[in-house]
Amino acid sequence: MALAKRIIPCLDVENGRVVKGVQFLDIRDAGDPVEVAKRYDEQGADEITFLDITATHEGRETMVHTVERMASQVFIPLTVGGGIRTCDDIRAMLNAGADKVSINSAAVTNPDFVRQAAERFGSQCIVVAIDAKKVSAEGEPDKWEIFTHGGRKPTGLDAVEWAKKMVDLGAGEILLTSMDQDGVKNGYDLGVTRAISDAVNVPIIASGGVGNLEHLVDGVIQGKADAVLAASIFHFNEYSIPEAKAYMRERGIEVRL
Amino acid sequence: MSTIAVIDYGMGNLHSVAKALEHVQPGVEVLVTSDPKQVANADRVLLPGVGAIRDCMAEIYKQGVDKEVAEAIRSGRPFLGICVGYQALMQSSEENGGVDCLGEFEGSVNYFGDHHKDEQGERLKVPHMGWNEVMQSGEHPLWQGIENGSRFYFVHSYYVKAAQRQQVAATCNYGVDFDVALAHDNVFAVQFHPEKSHTAGLQLLKNFLNWNGKP
Repeated sequence: MALAKRIIPCLDVENGRVVKGVQFLDIRDAGDPVEVAKRYDEQGADEITFLDITATHEGRETMVHTVERMASQVFIPLTVGGGIRTCDDIRAMLNAGADKVSINSAAVTNPDFVRQAAERFGSQCIVVAIDAKKVSAEGEPDKWEIFTHGGRKPTGLDAVEWAKKMVDLGAGEILLTSMDQDGVKNGYDLGVTRAISDAVNVPIIASGGVGNLEHLVDGVIQGKADAVLAASIFHFNEYSIPEAKAYMRERGIEVRL
Repeated sequence: MSTIAVIDYGMGNLHSVAKALEHVQPGVEVLVTSDPKQVANADRVLLPGVGAIRDCMAEIYKQGVDKEVAEAIRSGRPFLGICVGYQALMQSSEENGGVDCLGEFEGSVNYFGDHHKDEQGERLKVPHMGWNEVMQSGEHPLWQGIENGSRFYFVHSYYVKAAQRQQVAATCNYGVDFDVALAHDNVFAVQFHPEKSHTAGLQLLKNFLNWNGKP
């Protein structure tokens, strides 16, 4: 008996609709994030993450309503990320029913924002999202750097040191996306996942690069991740959440069935 | 119509717990309130709470919630504490350098520690975050329809150890065995978040709304 490793499907949401679509065999409108979240909830997802990629202010208002609708129908933890820049943004999402918010670029431009947010709302609801890319050459000691703007903009910040700093400032959880792997389907970057998981005491969510169920297992066993996040393998019915859990359990990982 | 007061003392988001109660019993009147009159008149009372215990206790005293809680508990009406609202019912917590709590249950609230390990020596992250197995200590109306060992969702860095073992309604293990539900007369209190614990959590809330406050 032990704490279960979590499986977290992630939905990219723009103007209140799921981007790129999510295909379930027996669901008519897969574009509504609440419908999709309900389906994942029924399948046994341990949490849901909404990533708001809306650029406009009006779109953000829509996201608040989406979160409100989800919170009255889905009773598992919900994390909302994307465009969280101020304590007012956080309060709006928490009041709407989100359990955690994920802070990304705002943490890089103003690290003190993480401290303020944790002091005001508690570390338990502050997730810091880190986008890391390997910058060491073959044969050199491993080194990963923080990138912003979807992996285009280097910051010069060492990923492991940055994660430690974020936790010192009050981050309650780290969402680690390896940019080299994101969308490539070769699996998580296990090196950086392991390095950061070993370096900090808070839970780590591994993200970026999942193409099959073995990748989820690797993330937990080799990467020492506490939770594994994936998008496309679930959205397009390549694998269901119960299949993923059964597979992980077969490999000796504690999961919630 | 039955009413439930969810005591709002400014600590955390109460939307989820209110929505979950409305979901399990459509028609129930959920009052998210800091008004002592509404708390005094409600059929049932729920004390939630997230964040640091020092801040929670400060707000509890500042807003007179300590008196509302004491009155609700003495009145015999069904009372449910959740998460920090559970810890606040203990005598004291070692969080924030030591904080005196409401003392409805004898026992303390302790830190898991910065170098927490399981029995095999594997490191355990703190906070204890996620779904863990809840072992029921015996029968109680609030466990009705919930399989023993069901997983509930937890987020906390401090854990309860009750002094009166007969009050323990459930335990959990995370490197140490600790008490995750206490029951005494009309009071039931839990460390986990039933409002975020899917089927098992919703069943517990439903049981609370149907409970007459007798063990």
